[in-house]
Amino acid sequence: MSDHEYTPKSKFGKWFNDRLPLLTLANHLTEYPTPKNLNYWWTFGGILTFCLITQIVTGLVLAMHYIAHADMAFDSVEHIMRDVNYGWLIRYIHANGASMFFLAVYIHIFRSLFYGSYKAPREIIWIIGIIIYLLMMAAAFLGYVLPWGQMSFWGATVITNLFSAIPLIGEGIVTWLWGGYSVDNPTLTRFFTLHYLIPFLILGLVVLHIWALHVPGNNNPVGIDIKKPSKDTVPFHPYIVIKDGFALLMFMIVFAFFVFYTPNILGHADNYIEANPLVTPAHIVPEWYLLPFYAILRSVPDKLLGVIAMLSAILILAALPWLDTSKIRSAVFRPLYRQFYWILVADVLILGYVGAMPAEGLYLLVARVATAYYFIHFLVILPVLGWKEKTLPIPLSITEPILGGSPNLATIKNKESLNN
Amino acid sequence: MSEKKTNRRDFLFTATYAVGAVGVGATIWPMIDQMNPDASVKALASTEVDVSSVNPGKTITVLWRGKPVFIRRRTQDEITEARSVKLEDLKHPEKDEDRAVNPEWLVMLGVCTHLGCVPLDQKGEYNGWFCPCHGSHYDISGRIRKGPAPTNMEIPKYEFVNDNTIKIG
Repeated sequence: MSDHEYTPKSKFGKWFNDRLPLLTLANHLTEYPTPKNLNYWWTFGGILTFCLITQIVTGLVLAMHYIAHADMAFDSVEHIMRDVNYGWLIRYIHANGASMFFLAVYIHIFRSLFYGSYKAPREIIWIIGIIIYLLMMAAAFLGYVLPWGQMSFWGATVITNLFSAIPLIGEGIVTWLWGGYSVDNPTLTRFFTLHYLIPFLILGLVVLHIWALHVPGNNNPVGIDIKKPSKDTVPFHPYIVIKDGFALLMFMIVFAFFVFYTPNILGHADNYIEANPLVTPAHIVPEWYLLPFYAILRSVPDKLLGVIAMLSAILILAALPWLDTSKIRSAVFRPLYRQFYWILVADVLILGYVGAMPAEGLYLLVARVATAYYFIHFLVILPVLGWKEKTLPIPLSITEPILGGSPNLATIKNKESLNN
Repeated sequence: MSEKKTNRRDFLFTATYAVGAVGVGATIWPMIDQMNPDASVKALASTEVDVSSVNPGKTITVLWRGKPVFIRRRTQDEITEARSVKLEDLKHPEKDEDRAVNPEWLVMLGVCTHLGCVPLDQKGEYNGWFCPCHGSHYDISGRIRKGPAPTNMEIPKYEFVNDNTIKIG
């Protein structure tokens, strides 16, 4: 934190701040020293905050018109689309907003993976992030059930049935989740409640995420510890605010393209058919952002092990700060890791692709190889790489490579005298 | 304290924690149990079905407790096929005689035991049912033969009320 003492200028400000230091907080946020070399991959934190607020605001409005009842939910969604003023717009923003949210979060996560942002001392930020990601998936799943279309119904059936894989108590848990013997009205009403609750839990965790971030400060593309504030930092306002704002505008163009030009391309046509418990759609797939995990689930031929593999694929991320044994954060200075990083990116994209395809023949084979590789990356490659890899020399500061060339004694001495 | 002797205060602490834990448990349980099937859901426990119009080789699907139930009137060939399968070949060994007490009628939950989809009739490699979700193949007795489903499709409790009526549940 930028811990110079802050005193409000006005007398009232001082009086208020002594009682509730909101102005100190505002000052901390504007003055917050950020590395001056942050690139556009670092703008997704702000973009994600925007996504969360968009989902909460549009969701709040939709809840004013939606009816959480198995007999009326489907019609109430059509009512929103046809009758409610701007209902179509608000619903399309909310539905595509979920996809945009995941798009941004995946970029945010893969940025962390590339630049080693999860490493000490940022493990808690990372783990809170993984919890947020899990809650996002829960919220997205619950929300997808609410329109009560065929995909809603069968998605809910398949996902809740994952719990039936638990030995002995599994069936009891599923009945408890359903509030009946199948997905039905009691399931819908509780899903609506939880879908409304989770975004606020996420909001709370986002506050903790940012709080934990502001203790060590941002990581940066060079991945080295920097002195704060120093020649290597700029205040958050106006530098990062402007940069984040510009990136947000670009992101909103993409967002608006989906909302206005192809609002249904990321959805599934079957969800415009009302839920029918007697007919399963011929080909059920989850939303695109869950496909890699769906592929992992299907690639294991055993029910319980499949569920365990899928959950492990997510939870393994929480152990990442300890699985990656390399002391160097940024992939810029890790020539081998950099290659394995891109292989992992390709691996996840392949998993996503085969997750959308039928689980048979070549697709199944590819899914199995890609699943195996996913776990090998985290459990074998990362720990071994930390010991074996010959990393490149890292600069002493962000400024040094530009002003001082490669590390040499003169710049080091010069720097030390500056720091002292 | 040097002596490890249980005194009145230790007893009071333990007793307080114990009572507190019981109180918390008693408060939380209604919050959990309210999510279990309620009285109105449980009340719909049985269904009667008229099967007089079902021809041999046809399956009808009825809804029981929100789940589909397949009622198939099997042909003689299908019965022979179902009864000739060796138990060693089965992932979840069950005799057809135990699954269809009246061999002509197979009554079972039309719910894939993998993740709960509804399998398709007369599809798959064993001429029984095929689940489109994750590719489980069932034979003409509803037994799992291939794919990720762990067990055979479940046989609900049912009885013939008379020659034409089946009561499920």
